[in-house]
Amino acid sequence: MRIRKLFGAAAVFGGVLFAALSAAPFAEAAPKTSVTLGMSIEPAGLDPTIAAPVAIGQVTWQNIFEGLTTIDRNGAVQPQLAESWEISEDGKTYTFKLRPGVTFHDGEVFDSSVAKFAIDRARGADSVNPQKRYFQTIEGVETPDAQTLVLKLSEPTGSLLYWLAWPSSSMVGTKSADNNKTTPVGTGPFTFVDWSKGEKVELARNPNYWNKDEAAKLETAVFRFISEPQAQAAALKAGDVDAFPEFAAPELMESFEGDDRLVTVIGDTEMKVVAGMNNARKPFDDARVRQALMMALDRNMIVEGAWSGYGTPIGSHYTPNDPGYVDLTGVYPYDPEKAKVLLEEAGYGNGFTLTIKAPQMAYAQRTAQIMQAMFAQIGVTMNIETTEFPAKWVSDVLKASDYGMTIVAHAEPMDVDIYARDPYYFNYKNPSLNEVLDKIQQTTDSDEQAALYAEAQKILAKDVPALYLFVMPKLGVWDKKLKGLWENEPIPSNVLREVYWEE
Amino acid sequence: MASLIARRLVSLVVTLLVTSLLIFLVMDLLPGDPAAVMLGTSASPDTLAALQRELGLDQPLPLRYLGWISGVLQGDLGTSYTYGVPVAGLIVERLAVTLPLAAMAILISLMIAVPMGVEAARRQKGLVDLTVGLFSYIGIAVPAFWLGLLLILLFATNLGWMPAGGFPGWEAGALLALQALLLPAVALALPQAAVLTRVTRAAVLETLSEDFVRTARAKGLGEGGAVWRHALPASLVPIIAVFGLQATFLVAGAVLVENVFNLPGLGRLAYQALSQRDVIVMQDVVLFFAALVIVMNFLVELAYILVDPRLRAERS
Amino acid sequence: MRVLARYPILLAGALITGALILTAVLSLVWTPLPPAQINILQRLKPPLEQGLLGTDQFGRDMASMLMAGAWNSLSTAFLAVAAGACIGSVLGLLAAAGRDLLQTVLMRICDVIFAVPPILSAMALGAFLGAGRITAIIAIGTFMIPVFARLTLAGALQIWTRPYVLAAIGMGRSAVRITLVHVLPNIGNQIIVQVTIQLGLAILTEAGLSFLGLGLAPPAPTWGRMLADAQTFIGQAPWLAVLPGAAILMAVMGFSLLGDGLRELLDPRAR
Repeated sequence: MRIRKLFGAAAVFGGVLFAALSAAPFAEAAPKTSVTLGMSIEPAGLDPTIAAPVAIGQVTWQNIFEGLTTIDRNGAVQPQLAESWEISEDGKTYTFKLRPGVTFHDGEVFDSSVAKFAIDRARGADSVNPQKRYFQTIEGVETPDAQTLVLKLSEPTGSLLYWLAWPSSSMVGTKSADNNKTTPVGTGPFTFVDWSKGEKVELARNPNYWNKDEAAKLETAVFRFISEPQAQAAALKAGDVDAFPEFAAPELMESFEGDDRLVTVIGDTEMKVVAGMNNARKPFDDARVRQALMMALDRNMIVEGAWSGYGTPIGSHYTPNDPGYVDLTGVYPYDPEKAKVLLEEAGYGNGFTLTIKAPQMAYAQRTAQIMQAMFAQIGVTMNIETTEFPAKWVSDVLKASDYGMTIVAHAEPMDVDIYARDPYYFNYKNPSLNEVLDKIQQTTDSDEQAALYAEAQKILAKDVPALYLFVMPKLGVWDKKLKGLWENEPIPSNVLREVYWEE
Repeated sequence: MASLIARRLVSLVVTLLVTSLLIFLVMDLLPGDPAAVMLGTSASPDTLAALQRELGLDQPLPLRYLGWISGVLQGDLGTSYTYGVPVAGLIVERLAVTLPLAAMAILISLMIAVPMGVEAARRQKGLVDLTVGLFSYIGIAVPAFWLGLLLILLFATNLGWMPAGGFPGWEAGALLALQALLLPAVALALPQAAVLTRVTRAAVLETLSEDFVRTARAKGLGEGGAVWRHALPASLVPIIAVFGLQATFLVAGAVLVENVFNLPGLGRLAYQALSQRDVIVMQDVVLFFAALVIVMNFLVELAYILVDPRLRAERS
Repeated sequence: MRVLARYPILLAGALITGALILTAVLSLVWTPLPPAQINILQRLKPPLEQGLLGTDQFGRDMASMLMAGAWNSLSTAFLAVAAGACIGSVLGLLAAAGRDLLQTVLMRICDVIFAVPPILSAMALGAFLGAGRITAIIAIGTFMIPVFARLTLAGALQIWTRPYVLAAIGMGRSAVRITLVHVLPNIGNQIIVQVTIQLGLAILTEAGLSFLGLGLAPPAPTWGRMLADAQTFIGQAPWLAVLPGAAILMAVMGFSLLGDGLRELLDPRAR
């Protein structure tokens, strides 16, 4: 037994191994036809038509899957697999002219029968589409010929074209739909190659893409999933990742400033950080209390403390990305003295105690702690109850409405209608809001819609069914030479078709 | 002896079954509906019901347990709700990270602990012994996740020698993969090394006082030679036994360390599955961890019975 | 004092844990600033520039937070170990006084509890009860039960074979009485030593739970959550990560030194 020698040898071996591993180059120059994008959250399956997590769309939408319509980088609706459409006078019949020559990655031809299949699958009895309600006004789908699709509606639905652009409305093939969760097959400029669970999803250019003018410029694209912000930053600096379109930690942004290879691009997302209140529960049923709470909050300071100064304060449930945005932060500006007076009027002169159910995510925890300190100044005591998101939050707050106050970022674009939804966790009822929202669906004129959205924003800003805090910034960090990524995010996505490397 | 082993084997099986029932009940009763998690904030009740039917969540509890456990016994671990692929494959994929990580941590901790323990025993109460003693106190007290943070701060952020986390995958080359595992392995290994150092020191001290070592010394074998050649091999049994028990803590410690270093290992899978209420994955992974611990304990006990001459004599 | 000088390990342990407990108790009546006081304009100031140990990402005073954190960590650990030690010891004593079957069942239950990694069971428990002190205490305490059950069972079984116990059995004394009069006093020292050592481990586990967000609710500071919050600030403000980690290290080390020292003092055969 030469154990001592053995251990001596092992020690030397270990030392050499350590040295070798430390010296090994882990940053390879990326070939210019490939891009590696970092994401914080791994998608749960790759079929956006059967599950809600936005990460699914952020990998697949516009890369693998396409819709009848699409949304461009400015948030405007554009034709895609439907090259044009006609809307009947009464707004109840939509006739789409489908694009010829479109095939799925597995060779299946896209025509009206496939489009009918996809829409029926989303609205049918067994549908598990997360946005099934967007299809509820569709009464019938007709296919007069292979290139024509007719949607018969029960009532005018002004947002239909917009909704059809969503990831959850993607066109799926009849043969491939059942397997899209693991091996997605779409009509997009990229085909699915491989998914190493827990690590990355790989895509490759679709050589048979129907639109030769807009074919992908990249040969391959990789989505890598890195949840820890520290590791995200290191991966960017080492060049393991070419871009992080949505970097997770604002406090690390300044660490990229000295790096002349990387560029930081701050845009807006659709994520509205909002402290929702149970409007059916005392004391939140009193508008004066809600207004007082709003005035107790210094939104600029919240953005500073919780998100290192990145993010746009909002005065309503709407983001600057969207048509008809109005800055309403001045309706109830920070004014603790006035807040106290309002509380006094409402009969809470000595303050009261409330509990906020705050998810575990950094933005929610940090914001809640700052709100706690600000409420204390008007005599309101707020306890923080960390509520696991999504599972426990969904069952406690969303389904059971068992809460007083909560805080969450609403990711869905242009979703003011949630305040009119019944039931929804705010338990907010305001007929004048419902009226405005109904009018939006009655018209298909986008200017008219924008004006109505402005009206809806104002109603919400005045009545404060929820405390509007700020819009999450889109903290983009990427290689200076990488071009074509979206600066803002009018819908959660990572559209790669226009991305290329500059020489 | 055979009957003793047989008895232990029966109780092993019973323990495993009880554990599986417990795990199933806990996971199943967790608040939060997997279907609701998947369908998000806009889902209507009928879509929820449709998905619950699809996932088999509408069946009664005992049926689901029987379905799960009989599948497990036949090697079918079920299909992940979120990934839509067989759980067995997921676990195997993740083991490709967690096992090498644990192996590296074991190797590193042995490389630290055995020389330190032996040298400390040789020079009991000397300076080396004191230093080693201090190391072992610090090592046991240091939180592994904190150590991970400090290692990242030093080697990745400041020196830039190592990646700060993430895993390039084995197909990127063994060297890159091992490199990604090195810092987490060190973070896992140090606390283990501290425990092992103590055990080694105590075991060697005990054997040093035994006759054959003294004889070897008397025969003129140098002090060091006697320790390394005779005392250490004789002390290996308790070291290995403690190792078996500690190995389970290694796997559990991996949950935290894999999260800090962003490694796609089994611990991270468990964490992720819990947050997404991928109940089937959770059941399987926790059962896997638990079975590992139970079987490991059983093997250590078995090793004691087989190896220890006194026990062997007693039982036979 | 002279006794202490002969036991340097005990001395070191007593000093560290004594200082820690004093700090924790002091934090109940006095801290430099209220530990929850937010001052965003003074955020991320290094030690000595703002307060003794600097400020965190909300401009809270680190020294005050660490002091209050000492109380929160220690009290949680004490309660958890106390609960685990009581239940575990009683079970162990019962099993020793009872029959083979009871012992087997108890040990198998211990196996099952041991089998599930504590972090995972704590995470599951957190999902049931929500995060908070009670969750942490139950999670840690549950894991302590088998430790003490095994320890007391092994110790008690030895005592039960002693001649004076056999004599007591012969005299018809009840099992309860024998346990109280003979068994417990003889293994008391072992239990005290183990309690001390487990206190250190409980602090470590509590830190791990808080790190995962399963500890006390904010604004009550805990060392584990301070560490978790510090993660992304580690480059800008390393003291945020270094200080709470060092506090955990010292606390755990203090208790394990104290435990070993007590063992030397109370049980000379152990060395």
